[in-house]
Amino acid sequence: MSFYDRIFKPRRHTLSNGKVVEERFTRLPLIMLIILVCTAISVRITGFSFSVLLSGGQRFFDILFDMFPPNTSYLPKIWTPLLDTIKMSLLGSFIGAVLSIPFAILAASNIVTNRALVFVVRLFLSLVRTLPTLVCALIATYIFGLGTMAGTCAIAVFTFAYVGKQLFEIIETVDMGPFEAMEALGATRLQAFIASVFPQVLPSYLSVSLFCLEGNVRYASILGYVGAGGLGLIMNEKIGWREYSSVGMILIVLFVTVIAIEGLSHAVRKRLT
Amino acid sequence: MEKTIAAAYENAPKTWVYKLLLVFGVAAMLIWSSSTIVINDTTGSGLSVAKNILSGIFHPDTKLLFNFTNSGVLYLLLETLCIAFLGTIVGAVISVPLSFISASNLMPRPIALVGRLAIAAIRTVPAFIYGLMFIRVTGPGPFAGLLTMSLCSIGMVSKMFIESIEDLDKRILESLDAAGCTTFQKIRYGILPQLFPDFMSTLIYRFDMNLRDATVLGLVGAGGIGAPLIFAMSSYRWNEVGSILLGLIVLVMIIEWISAKIRTKLTRG
Repeated sequence: MSFYDRIFKPRRHTLSNGKVVEERFTRLPLIMLIILVCTAISVRITGFSFSVLLSGGQRFFDILFDMFPPNTSYLPKIWTPLLDTIKMSLLGSFIGAVLSIPFAILAASNIVTNRALVFVVRLFLSLVRTLPTLVCALIATYIFGLGTMAGTCAIAVFTFAYVGKQLFEIIETVDMGPFEAMEALGATRLQAFIASVFPQVLPSYLSVSLFCLEGNVRYASILGYVGAGGLGLIMNEKIGWREYSSVGMILIVLFVTVIAIEGLSHAVRKRLT
Repeated sequence: MEKTIAAAYENAPKTWVYKLLLVFGVAAMLIWSSSTIVINDTTGSGLSVAKNILSGIFHPDTKLLFNFTNSGVLYLLLETLCIAFLGTIVGAVISVPLSFISASNLMPRPIALVGRLAIAAIRTVPAFIYGLMFIRVTGPGPFAGLLTMSLCSIGMVSKMFIESIEDLDKRILESLDAAGCTTFQKIRYGILPQLFPDFMSTLIYRFDMNLRDATVLGLVGAGGIGAPLIFAMSSYRWNEVGSILLGLIVLVMIIEWISAKIRTKLTRG
């Protein structure tokens, strides 16, 4: 019986067959209180105020309206950065997804029996995952210089961490029956893994990687802001010049591209699972 | 026995042509995109910079880390946490009606499609553009960051909300109907208990993500820990970067651990 139940006594019901069941007092007031307190603190610290929102709300649309009608004459100059963005996300996702395989296997506690190794690899994966992508991209621009290489790197790191975590969770939920059967027949652990676990996780792994690729196309457009190539680069430049109609054009192109890639990958993922 | 196995192998669909094409397709795409690998290191100082970064990150500036004033890491982390928290809540408030509009089992198809397109459009605009827009409304500061976070959350949150709405078990509603429940009772006992755990789990997950993405806000000066981090990076003060990153990583890991606990509790009921 927890502390909360001791203060708010559970209600007892006697069923028709004489059995007594306890209905615990609802947790709702406690949860509500916690959320309210957190909200109050956040409102104080962030300076949230409806009056500012109401009085200045329409200014939000200043830039939005400046974007329309979009500057169509800018379209020919968008293609190269757009292709760069797509290439960056393709290559970055591929490298990240491939690199994550060995780490995910080492982090799966049903394949690797060494607890310490599993813990260390998992800690490493979550450490990489907490590293903000933007910081990665910035560091990469210092090492590789400005350009698409830095973006590819940042995307690869992000994909590595994301796919790695998902993959080890997938590996842990597979049916271990075939694996044990193969080991009993005298296969080595590696052979057993390739023949029994690999086919089980492959569709989910591809699906997760494709999902990550979808997100990466969108993310790659931000990376340009720190000089890591792609659409963000020209977006940043046009915002600097306050040519919002060109920004509008870039956003429309990005929108269409993202929708197309999402539709494509959605179709592929549906066939996979 | 052997014969049946041989027969099974014979009858297995021959997909090697399809697989070969797939491999060729992927290889072609990779070769096409390999043009992004250009090392553009004009100054030739890449490696030394990398060494500085690493040494800085492993020797964090403890004075900044344990500084309790408004410019210290702890306060900035608190501010980031508040931005992420309130941003998630505001985003959720906007997403709920939006996702009910876009759920194809409740609304006619055209309306649902329009809703989905709107969500996709909201998702496309990068965070820093929202940040710029909101700074015009509120001025630079955490308030702008909060509003940006909330708009950025909408995309993913409503996508997940729509999925849980479309997975609603309608038979429960029918049985409540048969028992003679009013509309309010049907919502209270038929719909809310089904949606609430999913919604909460989505929101907690998104809170996690918002905390991690909060650095993006710093690009445009919309509050939080991003701006000091990026300033420190662009002026090569790697010790400060180290202390800020250390604080951020510890915070994100703690929150992740708590949120994973709550989410497993929610899914198990």
